[in-house]
Order: sequence, then C-alpha cells, then structure tokens
Amino acid sequence: MSQPDFSHDDIRTARGTAFKYLFLLCALLSILTTLGIILTLLIDAVDFFAQVSPVEFLTGTEWNPTHDPVSFGVLPLISGTLVITIGSAMVALPIGLLTAIYLSEYASDRQRAYLKPALEVLAGVPTVVYGYFALVYVTPALDTFLPLSTFNALSASIMVGIMIIPMVSSISEDAMSAVPDSLRQASYGLGATKFTVSTSVVVPAALSGIFSSFILALSRAIGETMIVAIAAGQTPRMVDLSDPAGMFLNSIQPMTSAMVQIGTGDLVGQGPAYKSLFAVGLTLFVITFAMNLISELVASRYREVYR
Amino acid sequence: MAADTRDEPVDSGFGQISRTKDVAFRLLALAATLIGIVSLAALLLNVAVDAVGWLDWQFLTNPPHPDPYQAGFLPAIVGSIAIMLVIALVTFPLGVGAAIYLEEYAGDGYLTKFIQLNIANLAGVPSVVYGLLGLGLFVGLFSIGYGSVLAAAFTVALLILPIVIISAQEAIRSVPDSQRQASYGMGATKWQTIRNVVLPRAMPGIMTGTILALGRAIGETAPLIMIAAPTTVFGLPNGPFSKVSAMPLQIYNWASYPQTEFQYGVVAAGVVTLLVVLLTINSIAIVIRNRYQQRT
Repeated sequence: MSQPDFSHDDIRTARGTAFKYLFLLCALLSILTTLGIILTLLIDAVDFFAQVSPVEFLTGTEWNPTHDPVSFGVLPLISGTLVITIGSAMVALPIGLLTAIYLSEYASDRQRAYLKPALEVLAGVPTVVYGYFALVYVTPALDTFLPLSTFNALSASIMVGIMIIPMVSSISEDAMSAVPDSLRQASYGLGATKFTVSTSVVVPAALSGIFSSFILALSRAIGETMIVAIAAGQTPRMVDLSDPAGMFLNSIQPMTSAMVQIGTGDLVGQGPAYKSLFAVGLTLFVITFAMNLISELVASRYREVYR
Repeated sequence: MAADTRDEPVDSGFGQISRTKDVAFRLLALAATLIGIVSLAALLLNVAVDAVGWLDWQFLTNPPHPDPYQAGFLPAIVGSIAIMLVIALVTFPLGVGAAIYLEEYAGDGYLTKFIQLNIANLAGVPSVVYGLLGLGLFVGLFSIGYGSVLAAAFTVALLILPIVIISAQEAIRSVPDSQRQASYGMGATKWQTIRNVVLPRAMPGIMTGTILALGRAIGETAPLIMIAAPTTVFGLPNGPFSKVSAMPLQIYNWASYPQTEFQYGVVAAGVVTLLVVLLTINSIAIVIRNRYQQRT
C-alpha cells in the first residue's frame, strides 16, 4: 500500500505528536499532585500511627501534643472545626441563597454587572486579612453586648461565613439560571408572583446545584486556616452540647489552627508531636476531599438535566 | 392555590398579601446581597482610617522592627514579589499546557473525565494541606530548604495550578470552532492550528485567569507557614534558596503583638499595602479582559 507522499509532513507530524505528549504530561501533573498529597500525608501519618494508636487518635477527647502528659485525641479539634463550620454556615447559607435568588430572578443585567464582581471580591480578600478584621474590629464590636473572650469562635465564624458567601451564591445562581424559562413562564401563566416562582419553582428545580454549592462552601469553611488561627484561639475543646452559646463565645481550636500551631513551633524531626501534623492533615484532607467529590457529583447532575 | 384566586378581583386581600410578600421578599433578597459587600466595605474603611499616619515611605522601605514607629514592610514586599514571579513562571506553561491537552487533544474517555474531576477536587483542597505537600516534597524529598523562595513558590504554584488550568480551559473553549476548521482547511496541522489560531485568540482570557490566580497566590499564608517560611525576615532575599517571608506572613506575625500601636497601626498599614498590591494585580487582569472584549 502506498500512501500519497507528504514527506515534508513527517517532521510536522512528529512535532505535533511531541507537543501532544508534552501537554498530556502537564495534565497528568494534576494527578501526580493528588498522589503526592496522599503519599506525603500517608508516609508521615503511618509513622505517627506507629507511635500513637489510631484508636487513641480517633476517639481521644484530649489534644495536647507538646506538654506532658501528651495526648493525641483528634476529637476536640474536629469539634472545633464543627463549631466554625456550623457558625459560618448559619451566616453564609441563607445569605448566599437569597443573594443567588436576587441575582438570578430579580436583578437587572446592569445590577448584576456590578453586584457579581463586588461579591467576588469577598472571596478574593486574603484570609489573613479577614482574620485580622475578626480579631481587631469584629470581636471588640461584639464584645460591647456579648460576654466574649478575646479569642472566640463567633467572630471567626462570622468572617469565614462572609468569605464563603460568593461560593454559595455563584454556584447556586448558575444552577438557577440553568432552570429553563418555560418553567417560570408556566408558573407566571397560573398567576404566580415572583416570590412564588422563585421559592416554589426555581429553587426546587435548582436544588441539586444549590445543595452542591452548600457542600462546597462547608468544605471551604472546614479547610479555612488563617481566620481561625488568628481569631479563634488555640484552646482545643470538646463540643459541650449543653452549652452551645459558650462554645461560640470562648476560644476553640479547629484542626487547621492546630496545624498552624505545630507548624510555627520549633518542633522538627521524628517525634509524635511533629508527625501528628500529618495525621491531622490527612484527616482534614479526607473530609474535604470527600465533600468536594460529593459536591462535584451532585453538581454534574443539574448540568446534565438541563443541557 | 392559584385556582382559589381566579374568581377574586385583583385588589382582593389575598392578592394584596401576596404582593406585599413579593415586595418584602425582594427587599430581603437585596439586603442579603448587600450584607457581605457592605460589611466588607465597613471593615476596609476601618482599616484604611487606622492605617493613616502609619503607611508612609519609611514603612515601605524599612525592615521590621520591634519598635512600631520604626517597623517596616520592605523584606515582606520584596519576598512576595519574588515568590510571585517564580509562581508565574511555573504555573503559566504548566497550566496552559494542561488546558490545551484537555480542550484540544483529549477525547471524552474515562481518563479525561478522571483528570477533570481530579482538577476540580484539587481546587478545593485546603491550602494548609498543600503546605504539608510542599513540606514533604520540596523541603523533605528535594531538600530545597525550609522556607526558601523556591520551596515557597513551588508549593503555592501547585496550589493555584488547578485554578489556572480551569480558567485557561474556559478561554480555549470560547474560541469558535469555525476558526479551527478554517485553519485545518488551509492545510495546517493540529499544532499549527493551536499555535497560530487558538492560543492567540485565547491568550487574553488565559492571561486574565492567570493574573487573578496570582492575586490569590499573593494572599496565601498557611502553606508558607507549613514549609517553615519565617514570619519575619530582616533582610532581602538574595537568591532562590534564601529564606523568604511574605506580606501575609508578616501581617500574621504582627497581628499577634499585643501593643495597640501594632494592632491598630502597623498591621493596618500592612493590610492596606497588601490590598493595594492585590487591587493593582486584579485591575491589570480586568484591563486586559476589557481591552480584549472591545476588540471583538
């Protein structure tokens, strides 16, 4: 079989193929990154678990890695994370959802053109700046009418909540905009007001997208580091269900804040205190990775429905 | 419910109530939209007022100092810029390369879907975890050195890479297919089409996305803490392996000082400086985007 002679094309084709594999390599780097994260966390976490039993780590209710007697129970850190997550969810989820409804159903194109970038700014402010805001402006302001300690979960939660508003609003708005207009028109045709259309037609139809935005925002709140490291303090404390208010008014310590505390300390080497950094990191990674995955899978559902 | 209202006159009590509810809901939604923006504006105003008198030439050109009246920001500013330059050099080619592969070469197979899902997930991994990756990989395995310019830059580069890839993909996807077809019709190869048609068309979008990602990189603090970058350095970095601090790290350090002069003065000046740099970076991105939009 003789092919037509495009001999000059051989070099071009070879070069094209070379570029293709070069680009493939770039894309595969993302998988290598994930593997790298899992391996670095696992290797040191395994070292840690050789010295501290995983059962003690996962069920212990004392976190005290540096001072004798040392104890490595992660539950106080997880409960600290939970407090921040719940607190910021109470701020961000309702505000974000209402914002999405306003942007998608009420706002004119002109309003949207100003409001959307303005909201994006919220997510773009460095978290260390939010942490400073929480410590220096929000806490003293709240302190005038609440019995607040200098470091507390409340102002940290409020700041984390404000930071994650755009994550809720922009993904929810995408989902709401993807709801076909025919559904709205049908509802208006029945004499419904905009309120009814928004709450009874658009929101239920966009529910999977809204849900996915909630999970993603909560995952961000769980992984948020600098705001809590600066403003929430460093007191590992178990959730006391009988005193939920005290939980917010006092200092706590989420997982990320504990990591920063170990990271800024002088600890290096093979001791369990230093290695616990990786065990906590692994716990954090597993939780957020699972949530991001769920969010992505739920979101892909609404994209398919209306495509 | 709608059936009940059908026979009623328009200004019936029911209609009145639902219309009032409609207006009230509209106002509630608008208020919610403005809450975040207004509270941020109020906080920014506070910090700007506090920075007055502290943010001066001496602050921008001095090294840090335990005396708040002599404290300066220069090593942190230079450190941030040095880290950012390396990040730009690393993420731009890697991010664009990955985006080109995913948009132009990859099929719809499982590998592509897997890579795509993986990138979306990486974008949501907490930055403090990337810090541990940098600690294990660049500081531990490759021994680039605790808190060095390169270790810091590589770590944050991996962190923003997913964002760069996703925005570059969007830019490449927005190039109309007819232009690719025209190029192929002229006998161009795939690579020639990408180089001469797709990339020039997508470049403003790619630049915008990359610059915005760099803006995020400049504010990252937690990964730098994890790779043991010092929160305070007194000299300028003099090579890729020298220890480096950054603006957010210096702010974090100052925020822990108890004196009022630091809390309401020096830190405020640092925050304003960081935000001005960030604003400048983002404005550049917006200018590029606008100029491009006007041309087409």
